[in-house]
Amino acid sequence: MNEPRALLNLNHLSKTYGSNRVLDNFDLTIFDGEFFTLLGPSGCGKTTVLRMIAGLEDTDTGSIQLDGQDIGQVPAEKRPINTVFQSYALFPHMTVFDNVAFGLRMSGVAKEEIAPRVAEALEMVRLGDFAQRKPAQLSGGQQQRVAIARAVVNRPKLLLLDESLSALDYKLRQQMQIELKRLQRKLGITFVYVTHDQEEALSMSDRVVVMNKGKVQQLGTPREIYEQPANLFVAKFIGEINQLDGEIVAVDGNHEYEVKVEGLQWRLHAEHNFKAGDKVNVLLRPEDVRVEYIDDPHPDQYLVGEVVERNYKGKTLDSLIRLPSGIEVIASEFFDEDDPSFDYSLNQKVAIKWVPGWEVVLPHEV
Amino acid sequence: MKSSVGQFRFWAIGLASVWLTLFVFFPNLLVILTSFLTRDPQATVSLPINADSYVRTLDLLYLQVLWDSLRMSLLAMVFCLVVGYPFAMAIVSLPKRWQPVIVFLVILPFWTNSLVRTYAIQFILGNQGIINKALLGLGLIDKPLQLLYTQFAVILGLCYILLPFMVLPLYSALEKLDVRLHHAAKDLGAGPLSRFWHITVPLTSPGIVAGCLMVLLPAMGMFYISDLLGGAKNLLLGNVIKTQFLHTRDWPFGSAFSVILIVLLGFMLWLYFRASRFVSKQGGLNGSDF
Repeated sequence: MNEPRALLNLNHLSKTYGSNRVLDNFDLTIFDGEFFTLLGPSGCGKTTVLRMIAGLEDTDTGSIQLDGQDIGQVPAEKRPINTVFQSYALFPHMTVFDNVAFGLRMSGVAKEEIAPRVAEALEMVRLGDFAQRKPAQLSGGQQQRVAIARAVVNRPKLLLLDESLSALDYKLRQQMQIELKRLQRKLGITFVYVTHDQEEALSMSDRVVVMNKGKVQQLGTPREIYEQPANLFVAKFIGEINQLDGEIVAVDGNHEYEVKVEGLQWRLHAEHNFKAGDKVNVLLRPEDVRVEYIDDPHPDQYLVGEVVERNYKGKTLDSLIRLPSGIEVIASEFFDEDDPSFDYSLNQKVAIKWVPGWEVVLPHEV
Repeated sequence: MKSSVGQFRFWAIGLASVWLTLFVFFPNLLVILTSFLTRDPQATVSLPINADSYVRTLDLLYLQVLWDSLRMSLLAMVFCLVVGYPFAMAIVSLPKRWQPVIVFLVILPFWTNSLVRTYAIQFILGNQGIINKALLGLGLIDKPLQLLYTQFAVILGLCYILLPFMVLPLYSALEKLDVRLHHAAKDLGAGPLSRFWHITVPLTSPGIVAGCLMVLLPAMGMFYISDLLGGAKNLLLGNVIKTQFLHTRDWPFGSAFSVILIVLLGFMLWLYFRASRFVSKQGGLNGSDF
């Protein structure tokens, strides 16, 4: 695979509203042709970054380069970038056709070229028959697709999507996720997607940046971010995670440590460098936790807990298990067709373990 | 619970209906009836019923007045729109907490009687008025300019009195305009002028039409403006009606003019509702005629 080409460079972007620092020395490089997601809780600055790229928001400091050209001073209407807004922002007084044709007309595309290009864009989002409708006559999902068509018809270098699916209901959102991904592959346009929905981010993106309080928390592929969270914030924001307290007892070299967790000593792997006596957090995804009947033979050591809650989720059975220390651990298990007795009763004592190496050990944070 | 709400509704609607019937419906009915009666020096009006008054309005002299007052009112309307639109846009661009203050200042002149304010314009425009004195003092002119008692003075007076009626509906339309649509248009490559023409104007068209009507309709009847500023030659339809009732004492003829004015205004209102329904239901102006 050849080296990805940088399409967009954000250098040291900062923005302050009053006393609120929305963006703090923010750096980012987005590659040509990728599906990139800015993920974070509301107020983390992700939408501000998007609006800065679009040119709808000024930067206090820093520069924005597109294709090596500084576009910081270029007004929004002159940037080869289009946005799909959260509110769709379709023009209510224009038909679907005129909405989609707006950008082409503004850039002076020849009249006879407009109709076929609009038709093509509408066909792409499967709204070919709706050209003469007004936005108010469309459903939310259809309006969403018009907004996408209106943006991609201009063949931008970069397509920005601002929480574009958040107004749709669950089923439709899932469907649109697949469609967006398909569209992005087909068009080869670089997509920059903003969302607070970690599931959406993981399933659609090539790369994700997790943001909090105007700063990058972690940048990586969805898999890296889910499996190797860089800090507690990322670990907790992306999916559910169990957090156990531990202490480094001994360093075995090569990132192997003896760690005391819940009164037992475990041999764990960690990317960070620790020394004996360091407090750590040992993090476990619910689906990595193994629950076994305590009467079964156990070759390895295990923790003992008491089942305090059982949630049937259809695909999985989620059990909430309280450890003697009072910490509660969620275990998410797939049903085993071969094991009809797979179920626990409340207050039942069970054995808890996990596949060695699937835990994440991070420096202790409160 | 339900009965107390129901009772309130009954009395509220009932009172309003009685009020409107007594003070709007019957008087107008009387005007319409009067317009079909005959002038009588003793009893003011008498039988027989006829349409002579309407026939007399077709006189060229009166058609000229009708045309003149329509033209002056239209000019006042256009001028108010040209001045009022940027003004309303300026108000909307202010911080939210300042907007009500400016709107209040727009309404403030209403607290002074408009007759008094019209006299003030007389003092400004007159041969010994501020403008002429200043120009003479500066040596720019040798003898006073004839500003007062001209069509210009009437139009200026109409604009001055009626400008708030243009600004307020425009302000309320502009204030409702979704700024996100502007962002979207900008994002799609529309410069400031294109955004104004393709987004702001079509989406505020109900406000534009409302403002225009609020200026045009009253302007036709504002007899005291032309009385004080226009002299004998620049008449509005309102002057004709006033003269028929107060001086000539030809009530049927005055009523006939009133009915014509009402029908004219009613027609414009109908146009307005057509236009606003067009905008709200269908989304309005078609973008395909770029």
